[in-house]
Formats: sequence, C-alpha cells, structure tokens
Amino acid sequence: MPATHDLAAALARKFPQVAPRASTDWPAFNIPADQALTALQWLRDEAGFDMLTDLTAIDWSAAASPRFTVVWHLTSTSRFDCVRIAAACADDTSPSMPSAIALWPSANWHEREAYDMFGIAFPGHPDLRRILMWDGYPYHPLRKEFPLAGLDAPLPDAEVAEETGARVQAAPYMGGPFVATPGESAGVAEPCGRDQSWSEGKEKPAP
Amino acid sequence: MAVDYTFPEGSARTAAAQQEAAEHMSISMGPSHPSTHGVLRLQLDIDGEIVTRADPVIGYLHRGDEKIAENMTYNQFVPYTDRLDYLGPLSNNIAYAMAVEKLAGVEVPPRGQATRVIAAELSRISSHLVGLGAFGIDVGAWTIFLYTFTEREKLYRLFEELTGARFTTSYTRIGGASRDIPEGWLGRVDAFCDQFLPILDEILGLLTRNRIFLDRTEGVGVISRADAIAYGLTGPNLRASGVPLDLRKDRPYCGYEQYEFDVPVGTKGDSYDRYLCRGEEMKQSVRIIKQAVKAFPGGDWFARDARRIFAPPKDRVLTSIEELIQNFMIVTEGPKMPPGEVYFEAENPKGILGFYVVSRGGGVPWRLKIRSPSFCNLSILPKTCVGAMFTDIVAILGSFDFVMGECDR
Repeated sequence: MPATHDLAAALARKFPQVAPRASTDWPAFNIPADQALTALQWLRDEAGFDMLTDLTAIDWSAAASPRFTVVWHLTSTSRFDCVRIAAACADDTSPSMPSAIALWPSANWHEREAYDMFGIAFPGHPDLRRILMWDGYPYHPLRKEFPLAGLDAPLPDAEVAEETGARVQAAPYMGGPFVATPGESAGVAEPCGRDQSWSEGKEKPAP
Repeated sequence: MAVDYTFPEGSARTAAAQQEAAEHMSISMGPSHPSTHGVLRLQLDIDGEIVTRADPVIGYLHRGDEKIAENMTYNQFVPYTDRLDYLGPLSNNIAYAMAVEKLAGVEVPPRGQATRVIAAELSRISSHLVGLGAFGIDVGAWTIFLYTFTEREKLYRLFEELTGARFTTSYTRIGGASRDIPEGWLGRVDAFCDQFLPILDEILGLLTRNRIFLDRTEGVGVISRADAIAYGLTGPNLRASGVPLDLRKDRPYCGYEQYEFDVPVGTKGDSYDRYLCRGEEMKQSVRIIKQAVKAFPGGDWFARDARRIFAPPKDRVLTSIEELIQNFMIVTEGPKMPPGEVYFEAENPKGILGFYVVSRGGGVPWRLKIRSPSFCNLSILPKTCVGAMFTDIVAILGSFDFVMGECDR
C-alpha cells in the first residue's frame, strides 16, 4: 500500500507541475488542465486507482479567476483508499476540460452533469448533452450567479408552451438565501426582511 | 376507403427500406411506467424483440438539492438528505452527518455510533425489502411484495419510535442525533430480528429456486467485473459482479470494524446474482444488528464538542442568556465550520453514497456534491440493455434497485 507521501513523491517525479492541494482527509493534488488526462491515466494504470467514483466541478464565484475547478475522486478497489485530483479550467467565460471518458466510461454521465450544471465543455466527450435539466434550458444552475429561486425560462415542450402560454417561473417564495449574512443589520441580513423582488433587482446571468 | 401504401417509383422508401422501418421501432418507456420505479425514462430502439439502443433520460425528479445546500446551513440540510434515497433515509442522514463531522473534526461517542449502526442496518433491510418486493412484481411474482411490505411496516414502527417519523426521518444531527433511543427499543429491535429471519427465509424460498423467476433473471443483464468497476457501480450491483468492495468492511466507519459479518459476492453478475446478494445482505444486517444490540455501549449519545454546531435544548434557550445567544447565532448564521474539503463515502443500501463538501468557513457549504449510487449504477444501462429482449429490460431495472430521488437529486 503506497503511503500518502509515496504517492505524492511518485506523482511529483512523473509530473513536476503537480502541487499538493489543501485537504482535510484524502491526499489531494492540483494538476494543470493539459496534464490532467495523462496524470489520471497514470494513477489508474500505475497507482491502482481503478475506479472513478466521482467527478464534479466547483464555481469559485464570478469574480474569481480561475473560476471553475474540476475535481476527480479516484478509488482503488484493492487498497480501498481514495485520491482527489483537481484542475482549474483555464478560460473563465467558456471553461473546458479534456474528457476522461476514454479512461472510465463512468465519466460519461458525470461530465454531462458538470456541463449541465456549470457549463463546462469536455472536448472528447462523444455525447455532451444536458442530463438533469432539459435540452434547450438556457442557464447553468449551479453557477454562483444563478439565483436559488430560479429564473424565468421557456417551457421544455414548445407545443405545450404555445397552447398554454406558460413559462417556467422563479419560485414564488420569499426568495434569497435561507441564512443571514454575518455582520449586517437584521433588516438587511434577514432574508424575510427583504423585498420579494430580490431576484429581479439582480442582473440575469448570460445564458 | 382503401389507402394506397405504395410509394412512387424512385422513392427512397423502397420495399426493403419499408420492411426495415417496420422492424425497427422507437419506444419511450417511462417516465411514468410501473417498472421504471419512479420517473426514469428509457428511450429504446428495438429490432423485433431485441433492444438495439437504450438511452436513459433522467432529471424528471431534479430538485436542485446541491444548489439548495449552498444556500442553507449545515444543520438545515439534514431533512433534504431524507429525500435522496427515500427508501433508506436513515442511511442518508448518517452519511451526511458523518461527512460534516469529518469536516468539523467531531467524533461521535460509541453509544451514538452503535445507534447509527443499528439504524443504518435496519434501513438497509427496509430498503432491500422494497427492492425485493418491487423486483418480484416486475417479473410477475406478486406474493413477495405482500410479505416484504408486512415486514417493512414492522420496521417503520421501529423507525417511528426512534425518530418520530416513519418515512422522512431526519434523525441525525451533526455530531449526534435528534434524540437518544427510546426505552425498551433495543429489545423490540432484537425481537424483530428474531422473527424476521424465518420470514426472510420464507420470502427468499419463494424465489430462489423458482423456475419462472430463474428463467426471467438468470443470464439476464450480465455485467462483467471490469465493466462494473469502469462504470463506477457500487453496492450490491458491484458485488454481484464479483468485486468484494464493501466500505463497512474495507474502510470501516462508525465502528463497523467491531462487528462480524460477511460480504456476499456474486459470480456471474446477472440479475439473479444481484437478487441473491440483496437477500444475503439482509441476513448479514441482522447479524450486525444483533451484535450491536448485545454490546450496546453506555455513555453519551452525542459528541460533547459538537455543542457549538447544533442548537442547544429548548428549555435552556428560554432560561439562559448564553444558550439564547448561541441558539440565535446557530439558527441565523449557521455553525462555525473550518475551511477545507472533505469527501466522505458510506456504504448505503443502494451503493456508495458520497458527500463532497467544500467549505470556506462559516455556516454554509460553498459546494456540496452528492455522489449518488443510483446515478452511477444507472449509467451502465445503455451497455447492459443493448442485446437484451424487450421484456428483460424490466428484469434488469428491477434487479438494479435504484431510486430516482437519489439519481436526480
């Protein structure tokens, strides 16, 4: 069983640009996006991490750069340990990351989900469609600027939309985060004290 | 009036093409179909009785749980975890609580852990009972369902006693639980286990050597060991393909290392193996529960250092200024969590449920990713269904035992 430092040393030998990543539990590494695939392949073939358990992305807010980070969690089905690999997407407005589908077929749906929720493209993915939202939905809901209440959008079914004139509407509740922001007066910090039109005061994110 | 079906000379639709078009059919199975167990839709192309393409369409039950989690405190999210795999809510509660405890660096004392083990194993039995009953119905064996639901009802009475709710339990808190076990509850759990084993044998006896059931499931939906790992299958679906990965054994959490149990593993990876694995897992769960009940430890049932995380008891809030302030801060701003990233996986009835929490400090997660076993398990369907008979789709789906609440989140 390679201990954490062995894995870190071996990775660093093979990929000099790998940097350790702050983590509370598993060994974690930051890898430049263009080396991500070769590093993942090395981890799969040489280090025994044969299962891709999870692939996801993080949006570090619209102001941050690099804005999007893609995170892979690999598990070894023989040693039962786990490793976290993260790579920042170079472009903040049209982020992309090479697809890991050739290494693990399980990346297929995970990448479709990351594309659906964050708008990250995965070049090399043969069938990059939305998976949880419907085809033609204009937004990427897990981006930070997308409001919790949702946004006005056309119905998925054009025929029904034409017949009923209905649209997908923002949630009718009092909107806003369920938590107060620290350090502000109660009238501002408490969501219930705010105007219901809070989501309209903000600019819509670009589709 | 007679309709002329012939096409003009030179038309692309020659007789052969017409013949082919008549043989190939596109069928949309679901989202509202009794054997798709919720709102899964399968877009199938069939050639006669053989499936040539299967494209699962998911997302009909998407509620944006991950978005919601980013907008509420860690404590507030517990009820949302009930609604992931709603056939085993206690297991989800425990997995979520343990993920956040890992972030906060809190460890639950032995009594709390033993309670969680019993709750998780009871919920595993309850989930497998539904899975088994529904699988039985899918392949035409109605009686199983009636037996399993009678047993599940007994379990739900135990859950109600423990948590106050039958279905959406919201039992755990970060660093503990909503309450201690009720008086005499362990005895009733033990009594349930004793009477359950012979009934389980009876239930399994109806299927295991049943000629019709064997014909419907044996060799159907075979998943090879390599495929199961490559597609990220977990839980009984993975073990049926011969991979003995069970986190309770291999990466013990919650004190599972103290208990003696076996991990059933299949050999062929077909629908029948998946059924056998679930049946045997219930027996192993009973074994674990009986050991946990017998050696049930005393002491605290919640972590003392988790007091900064969950709200103080109501009577203290109303009588003491310190607790009042603490309650106010925890309710409005959430508990203070250290910044960091954790990924915790638990062996749930359906497979490995993982929570990836990215914290930047404060009471709200910056990102909370739910790695749901049903989502990953279903992603192999396009491969497994191709080449199967149309009616086998039902047997394959039934043997997968998925829950769309968890798949779509």
